[in-house]
Amino acid sequence: MTLPSSIDETVDLLARGSYVADRSLSTVVFLALKMGRPLLLEGEAGVGKTEIAKVLAQALGRRLIRLQCYEGLDTAAAVYEWNYQAQMIEIRLAEAEGVETRDELGKDIFSERFLIRRPLLQALEPSVEGPPVLLIDELDRTDEPFEAYLLEVLSDFQVTVPEIGTIHADNPPIVIVTSNRTREIHDALKRRCLYHWVDYPNAERELDILRLKAPQAPEELSQQVVAFVQQLRQMDLYKSPGVAETLDWANALTHLNALSLDANNVNDTLGTLLKYQDDIARVQGSEAARILEEIRMAASAAQ
Amino acid sequence: MAEPQQGRLAENIVHFARVLRRAGMPAGPRQVIEAIEAVQAAGLTHRKDFYWTLHATLVKRHEHHELFDQAFHVFWRDPKLIDRMMSMMLPEIEARDETREETSRRLAEALFGQNDVEATEEPDIDIDASETFSAQDVLRTKDFEQMSAAELAEARAAIARLRLPLDESRTRRTRAAVRGQLVDMRATMRASLRSSGIIPLKRRDFRTKRPPLVVLCDISGSMSVYARVFLHFLHALTNARDRVHVFLFGTRLTNVTRELRHRDIDEAIERVTQAVDDWDGGTRIGETLHRFNVDWARRVLGQGAVVLLVTDGLDREAGEGVEPEITRLHRQTKRLIWLNPLLRYDRFEPKSLGIRALLPHVDEFRPVHNIQSLTALVEALSGEPERMKTGKKAA
Repeated sequence: MTLPSSIDETVDLLARGSYVADRSLSTVVFLALKMGRPLLLEGEAGVGKTEIAKVLAQALGRRLIRLQCYEGLDTAAAVYEWNYQAQMIEIRLAEAEGVETRDELGKDIFSERFLIRRPLLQALEPSVEGPPVLLIDELDRTDEPFEAYLLEVLSDFQVTVPEIGTIHADNPPIVIVTSNRTREIHDALKRRCLYHWVDYPNAERELDILRLKAPQAPEELSQQVVAFVQQLRQMDLYKSPGVAETLDWANALTHLNALSLDANNVNDTLGTLLKYQDDIARVQGSEAARILEEIRMAASAAQ
Repeated sequence: MAEPQQGRLAENIVHFARVLRRAGMPAGPRQVIEAIEAVQAAGLTHRKDFYWTLHATLVKRHEHHELFDQAFHVFWRDPKLIDRMMSMMLPEIEARDETREETSRRLAEALFGQNDVEATEEPDIDIDASETFSAQDVLRTKDFEQMSAAELAEARAAIARLRLPLDESRTRRTRAAVRGQLVDMRATMRASLRSSGIIPLKRRDFRTKRPPLVVLCDISGSMSVYARVFLHFLHALTNARDRVHVFLFGTRLTNVTRELRHRDIDEAIERVTQAVDDWDGGTRIGETLHRFNVDWARRVLGQGAVVLLVTDGLDREAGEGVEPEITRLHRQTKRLIWLNPLLRYDRFEPKSLGIRALLPHVDEFRPVHNIQSLTALVEALSGEPERMKTGKKAA
């Protein structure tokens, strides 16, 4: 699969991977592919940042290499490590055979045969289907030293292993970096990336997503779910529900055989939508009833 | 696209970036080149695509979106107009120093170089609001000349004497250590090649790091005397260690971390006074804590942050809404330290509703009204966070 050559083609490409993208997101994805730059996606949890990388890999027929970040992520887990057990055995064998000089042994046990490749190194290797999609997920969870290291990898697409030398990617991978903004990513890294803030979708787009991803939900229910969630996002909650939560909720309600929202099933299933007790306590009961009433009014006014 | 036209477009993009820069967005030359490349790659078909192409290359922070949006619509409607405006205003603009947070005003200044009308027309309000609750934002720039010479000297002396805290928490990152807990296989393997016979085990241990520090400082009328001295301390703190975030609040919350990061103390404080417009006003603790919890908590409280809350707890809204917000704040931090200048009175009793709401949720409660108390604070910061943590979790 070749890369899209215009923004319209990018929209189609994402749609084929059943991702409903708006124009702004398609534009920035197109530019990232065209200019060969990493794409930094920031946004609240559950707005579909990670999904973009998955869809791109699938739609382009590329391999997806995922690096999940966490505090304390180091080169041994992210880039490469030596296979110490195998090296030990090699040394013992060499001793048993009564081998050669120490230099040769050293050269031998630090050869590529004993190198364990971790995601960043894997992403630099050539592959038949074309350069892979490298997803660096939740970069904000790791610490500044790793970010600084990443800076080098993302600007030159090369990694240095002291015992072997520098490994360089002839065809750089497609890099997608995501962040939930639990801390600010350093400006130096941001400058090397194209930046996009992934926002909550509007009602129309969210309904499209719901139809595509939860087709078994009745149409009336889907519309009400979207209207309800959109209302919740207007409220000053600690954590507004993301698209992932909307889908969860629609699925939960479908499993309960609900055909439309009512006060009971909203209160019973609110836990799939809101994840903070304070938020749930605020919405449950009278507030939920008020929103439901508003939705009904709006629906009957529209008819 | 024809050559000369393209040249003109590139020129306009350069101008546009200059407008953004002047409005306070960091759009460097590298980004401008990228923007031009991106526009060439995307082609000029729709205005909307053009908008998002420039957006992708020039905007690097979510906060800058609004500013970009406004600038785009003004600039690309008639770039020539702005061009002329700018060339007329140029010398004046160059002399200006942009630090304001208000986006639209900032943009207006960047585009037209107009002076802030508000500042000149405002009558000089002079109400002594100390130790009282004032019901109105006193919207004026605080003059730091008012700080008495004795006060300043005291503050400087205090700051000079302060040894910055060294509380450290264990991270999951490791370093080589002779008596470490972990075996360093890589180093061991290398060492084994150097000698034959017994393989000496090399070791590693966990690295320690200072946790981030978040300061929430009250600058309302009843606090102003202390807030000024405390700003000097905050300035020293911000510049001496990384990951310090400083917020000031009266009736609204302002993030002044960037302003404080300028090295010169006078300039830093000058910038802070410009950024904050509720000096010496009332306090709305509940509301400002809520804003902090919603807008900032998840961004700055990660990685085991310690929070310093500097306030006297006197709340204009009589402690309304303080309780749930401080509970939430407390739950999200490793350690919450409340600094209260009212503790200078020996017979201080927590009578105010605001104070009573705050008190059960802090890990430590300390005075902050003179140099001794600042020194004590430094000791508190370098104390034993582990013990505090377990105490808190048990409660």
